[in-house]
Amino acid sequence: MEGDLEDNNPIAKGEADMKSPFYNRRSFLVSAGLATAVTALEPVGLLSPAKASGLAPTRSMRGGSNNYRPNAPMVERLGSGFWVSGRVRRAGDGAPLEGVRIQIWAATSLGGEREPRNHGSVLTAADGSFRLEMEQIVPNFGQPHAHLAYDDGAYETVFLRPVMPSASDTSVSTEFVLAPA
Amino acid sequence: MPNSARRTVAVSIWAVLATMMIGPVLIAGASPYLAYRNTAYIVGGFAGIISLSLLLIQPLLAAGYLPGARAVTERKWHRWVGTAIVACVGLHIGGLFITSPPDTLDALLLVSPTTFSVYGVVAMWGIVLTAALVILRHRLGLRYATWRLVHNGLAAIVVAATVTHALQIEGAMETVSKWGLCLAVAAATGATLIDLRLIRPLFARRSDWRNHGPDADKQKAGE
Repeated sequence: MEGDLEDNNPIAKGEADMKSPFYNRRSFLVSAGLATAVTALEPVGLLSPAKASGLAPTRSMRGGSNNYRPNAPMVERLGSGFWVSGRVRRAGDGAPLEGVRIQIWAATSLGGEREPRNHGSVLTAADGSFRLEMEQIVPNFGQPHAHLAYDDGAYETVFLRPVMPSASDTSVSTEFVLAPA
Repeated sequence: MPNSARRTVAVSIWAVLATMMIGPVLIAGASPYLAYRNTAYIVGGFAGIISLSLLLIQPLLAAGYLPGARAVTERKWHRWVGTAIVACVGLHIGGLFITSPPDTLDALLLVSPTTFSVYGVVAMWGIVLTAALVILRHRLGLRYATWRLVHNGLAAIVVAATVTHALQIEGAMETVSKWGLCLAVAAATGATLIDLRLIRPLFARRSDWRNHGPDADKQKAGE
């Protein structure tokens, strides 16, 4: 019975098909909760097919929340020479989200991920884009990577940990697709 | 071989070995990344690099291959180097934990995003089990041949896992010297295990057969 429901459910199917390495206590609970809600709502017809087949929300990455310091201050810049950029859209219809706070931190030439000078927040522009200039990101715990978070309540929390293809890269970009909380 | 030539060969072997072990550590010491790291991270990282380096000499001491020292002395050093490896692994994990507790816990709990963490944890448990096997050697009541086989099996796992762990990491070690050390470590362990557990037992059995087998008397009479 329940298996049949899940097979016909595009969201549950999409999640099962996703093979990206993923584990995070918080997002595990969130996605488990979502899956349950979706399974429960489907037979009652509360979920429109159009919404269910739209742009799927971004899922948190493993280790994405490591060394997170909530409410990083809004900054113009954290340094120079390295750009962290991306854009934020709404799940389902893909509309760009303006004025969304994205928190960014990474190990740079200023110090490690716990160094306060390596933490800052920016807001998205009208087209959903954001960017922050900081010091050069350096490999930390074996990989050159950045951390980004959306954690403001209006949408489901997402922690990202994009890895740079090369340690000599001078930019990294990523994308958030947020699902309303 | 005259004594002086033998001495030259011995000195050369030790010099090459010392260069292979110390060179990559010194090169890592010149890494620009160190300037951006705190003391705990640097100590933890170098404890890992030194462990890798010690794995090169460890099987050679066990087998008594190194010239200029008696086999008994080399076995004693094998125990000291083993103790040093255990201490380095403790420092490695401790230093990384102080630097970033969540990253270290993720690695230990096998939920880290990086695959090299899994190899690191496998190597760590291999070393923990090896230490336990050494400490409990007499209490376990294993026959020496069995104990040795378990010890060798763990050593092979530790070396393979450590080398894989090190090669996948982007850190203070310079690429060419890291590959050189890793290949040397794998070759030293591989060659030692093949020699001690495959070639020597085979030859021992053959000579045993020649001396004590059914034709042994005839062979002796023919001589």
